[in-house]
Amino acid sequence: MTSAHVALKGVTKRFPASAGGQAVHALGPIDLSIRQGEFFAVVGPSGCGKSTLLELIAGLTPASEGQIEFEGRAIENEIPDGIGVVFQEDACFPWLSVRENVEFGLRKAGVAPDEKARRVRDAIAMMGLGEFAPSYPAQLSGGMRQRVCIARTLVAKPRLLLLDEPFGALDQQTRLLMGDEVLRLWREIGATVFLITHALDEAAMLADRIAVMSARPGTVIDMVETHWPRERDSRIVEQESFGATTSRLWKTLREESMKTMGRSAAAT
Amino acid sequence: MRRVRLYQVGVIAGLLLLLEALCLAGVIDKITMPPPHRIAVDLVKLLLAGKLYPEIGKSLANVLLAFGLAYSTGIVTGTVLHGYRTARETLDPLFATYYAIPVFAFYPLFIVIFGLGDGPQVLIGFLLGVVAVIVTMLNGLDRVPRVLRKTASICRMGPFETAVHVTLPFCAPYLLTAAKLALAYAFIGVIGSEFIMARSGMGYEIGYAYTNFDNATMYPLIVLILLLSIVMNGVLTHWEKLLLARRGQR
Repeated sequence: MTSAHVALKGVTKRFPASAGGQAVHALGPIDLSIRQGEFFAVVGPSGCGKSTLLELIAGLTPASEGQIEFEGRAIENEIPDGIGVVFQEDACFPWLSVRENVEFGLRKAGVAPDEKARRVRDAIAMMGLGEFAPSYPAQLSGGMRQRVCIARTLVAKPRLLLLDEPFGALDQQTRLLMGDEVLRLWREIGATVFLITHALDEAAMLADRIAVMSARPGTVIDMVETHWPRERDSRIVEQESFGATTSRLWKTLREESMKTMGRSAAAT
Repeated sequence: MRRVRLYQVGVIAGLLLLLEALCLAGVIDKITMPPPHRIAVDLVKLLLAGKLYPEIGKSLANVLLAFGLAYSTGIVTGTVLHGYRTARETLDPLFATYYAIPVFAFYPLFIVIFGLGDGPQVLIGFLLGVVAVIVTMLNGLDRVPRVLRKTASICRMGPFETAVHVTLPFCAPYLLTAAKLALAYAFIGVIGSEFIMARSGMGYEIGYAYTNFDNATMYPLIVLILLLSIVMNGVLTHWEKLLLARRGQR
């Protein structure tokens, strides 16, 4: 278990019953082993617990059962050092400029002012936001705001980058281009990337390995290796094996998605 | 925007001119109300004479004290209540019906408890404003996106740092709205209380001038209160607009 960069063993999440409701078994048991520097994606039907899985690894919520380790250390009730998260929702602080938003990621990093300024400048430049550094989020497009959030995460130099459907709110063209950006950053920073997505093509294009989750309670029902070279970009969608990968993902997911839809229909 | 500002000034100037014309034509008699230009002249004379400065200073000090108490207590109480769901749900009916309670009716009781000094006036100003601040604060805190709190957690910030660097800055427009409400209620509470039972203050002087048909004092004081209230509220509204514009909300 310690040889993996991130390891999950028998991880389960149950949410206690709310007033008038029932307890929800959201996730697990899940066993996963993510390698150092790997680009790992998770796909699954709506409500299968993908985001919960990410929050468990980030230390934002505790597991009901099982153990999660990051770099050989158990994650228990606190956010581990070296983890960065990019959320699906717009997480820019609207009262801060782009520069201040990115600086926010270093607030607790204990970095010297000169080093801080250099890292902020580099992160902003890396995301192509140089000329927008003094702008406020309201003056930026959705894609640019998401890049600000990525820059804020990268400035802290995370060793594990957790991406929770980061392109969910963007249009298809922007998503493809942002996918290229993420691949470029992944190669540059050398971090392990854990991507949650509902888009099968996005997972097939970006990841080295893809875990397919079942309907709730989410468990891993398939693991797909893409065998892409490390140097890759969105043009791999033209390859035949890309189609084969997305087909395999959909074949596994179709039945699980039907289960989810059936559950929704029964609930209404 | 500039055109709207011109319309606003035009409407106010038009109403003043209409009032001036009605007063000069005798439609409104001199004992009821002097023409606006006369009120303006009397106000300048009043301010130059400086006779009422102690009254003005006393009222303003009490207004600011009531405002400061209502604002600080409201923000702290709102923040604490936001973290305690049961306490909030217990107090929700009180907040919902609070402004149906005529606080002024308790004035005699406050005098019994606090005496004839400034205490009851400040207390009424405080009581009128504090719940508005609490409710506005809760409203703002309810709207803090969960993702911002999660971002603070990922940046390894504790509850206090999250409150200072995330929650309160997000709520800044609500804090300014709360300040406007607290200020308005502080003016109403303090000046209103001075009317009912006080031996000094702007409210008392207006009441005294009214019973003595002293329009040269009464109307300038009313205008002065209006001007002070409008200027203070205007400054807060200007800050609020700047904040909202920066966030793309206006």
